[in-house]
Amino acid sequence: MYIKQISVFLENTKGTLHEMMQLLGEHQINILAISLADTSGFGIVRLVVKSDDIDKALKVLADAGDMARVNDVVGIRVPHQPLGLATVLGQLDAADISIEYAYSFCRNTSDDAVIILRVNDAVKCAEVLQAKQVPLVAQADVDKF
Amino acid sequence: MAIKDKIYNPEMECMSREELTKLQGERLAKTVKLVYDNVPTYRERMDAKGVKPEDITCLADIVKLPFTEKTDLRDQFPFGLLASPKEKIVRIQGSSGTTGKPIVSGYTEGDVEVWTEMVARALSAAGCTNEDIVQVCYGYGLFTGGLGAHQGATRLGAMTIPMSSGNTQRQIMMMNELGSTILMCTPSYAAYLGESIREAGLVPGKDIKLKAGVFGAEPWTEEMRKQIEELLGIDAMDIYGLTEIGGPGVAFECFNKHGMHVNEDHVIAEIIDPITEQQLPYGTPGELVFTTITKEGQPMLRYRTHDICTLYNDPCPCGRTHVRMGRITGRTDDMLVIRGVNVFPSQIEGVLVGIEGVAPHYVLVVDRVNHTDTLEVKVELTEEMFSDTVSHIEKIQKKITEQIKSVVGIMAKVTLVPPKSIPRSEGKAKRIIDNRKL
Repeated sequence: MYIKQISVFLENTKGTLHEMMQLLGEHQINILAISLADTSGFGIVRLVVKSDDIDKALKVLADAGDMARVNDVVGIRVPHQPLGLATVLGQLDAADISIEYAYSFCRNTSDDAVIILRVNDAVKCAEVLQAKQVPLVAQADVDKF
Repeated sequence: MAIKDKIYNPEMECMSREELTKLQGERLAKTVKLVYDNVPTYRERMDAKGVKPEDITCLADIVKLPFTEKTDLRDQFPFGLLASPKEKIVRIQGSSGTTGKPIVSGYTEGDVEVWTEMVARALSAAGCTNEDIVQVCYGYGLFTGGLGAHQGATRLGAMTIPMSSGNTQRQIMMMNELGSTILMCTPSYAAYLGESIREAGLVPGKDIKLKAGVFGAEPWTEEMRKQIEELLGIDAMDIYGLTEIGGPGVAFECFNKHGMHVNEDHVIAEIIDPITEQQLPYGTPGELVFTTITKEGQPMLRYRTHDICTLYNDPCPCGRTHVRMGRITGRTDDMLVIRGVNVFPSQIEGVLVGIEGVAPHYVLVVDRVNHTDTLEVKVELTEEMFSDTVSHIEKIQKKITEQIKSVVGIMAKVTLVPPKSIPRSEGKAKRIIDNRKL
């Protein structure tokens, strides 16, 4: 029901993102979605990769001395048109679910948009979305992207 | 030379070396008896060395006495080193941290009087009289800077403005409107004020009437003196002190600006080899050690400052006979002076190990930006600290910042660095990177 997301800590210095991307690329790991959170002091890179690549990516990152971890995030499919995402966010808002951050996939197998949501309560969020018949995207779906 | 150096107490400040040595010997003997009779710590240590008060009869006998350390003040906090009954204590001053174990010093009325005169001597050497307006921008409170400066200026009959620290715009407005003539603050703040005054379009000599400044509480350089003197159009004088010995005024510069005269009728200054603990002759750099000889509340026997400097006893053209101490050129331990506050890496380490999920792998980076000291604490990220959300990490960062502020008393910038990125060295880790050019 959820998507596995890898988060990696990045020092806020020149070239660190490039180095990390280079490293994953050299190990033939393709990135399906990426988001970079930057603060004045540090950065957090969030990535989604295919299931087969998750453990490999974690090992490569750990070997390079990076701090990384995996957690579940909610994936949804919304119509690729004005108010496509807003409608769903309105439903979540009404259910008192707040969004920590959101980003989208580089591409997917449909004409819809696939959005990743990090919410304060993933279980409740999934329930609300299912009730509202919003299509959820799970890690197994992502593997086909 | 714009300022007119006036010797506040010629009888004491210009006493012949022979007379001074005799006076110091007498006062030392009296102090030793006082602490032996009233302070268990001193009595135990003297007994351990087999020294009795009657063994101390002249200045040369000082080498028989045990040393005192900052840790003794912490261990005996708050009143364990008092040599006078509590009802005789009229003042407590101390270090600025709000939690953790601070150090405090108790003053009798006589101690406050001596301290006041020491600062009055320093101000008088900077040309201060009752015609002057003295602006004090040291913090008022437990820290000795504000009240010490205030008392000394008041003693000379000067119009004293207790501005305390901070609020630069207001400082400049008062300086301009009231026509302050003498400034007392840290040298870095003086330089900052100088630049802010110019940025505000005010002209020293016209809108700003300052003629001299007495600056202390942190180390500074000759280059910085020149810069301050040019920026503010004043004579910039150095003053030295420490709470343990009585506060600012322990030593001060005369108009010759070549070292600070130690108020030797109230304190004995020694230079020792920090390893062998043997006394070193004048002119040789070593660790500065002070013994108070008029203090009643909390006298100090051979207090090790861990400051490295040189004492000079060649005659000074000003007429004062008291020895002069050169600039502090370093420390024998890892203490840092940041914005006038004493900081030990061990205090920061204590904060880090006290927060769950934080590991004590850290480096302190000290710098001086726009004349203000900055402290950056680089801390390695741990599994517990890391999360995919910024808010979680920032919460821990904020907690570290707040606790450092609470324990050490200064605001540090906490930077998180990747795990294992701080070099693990064998033995003593390199915890400090000091980029200040002093």
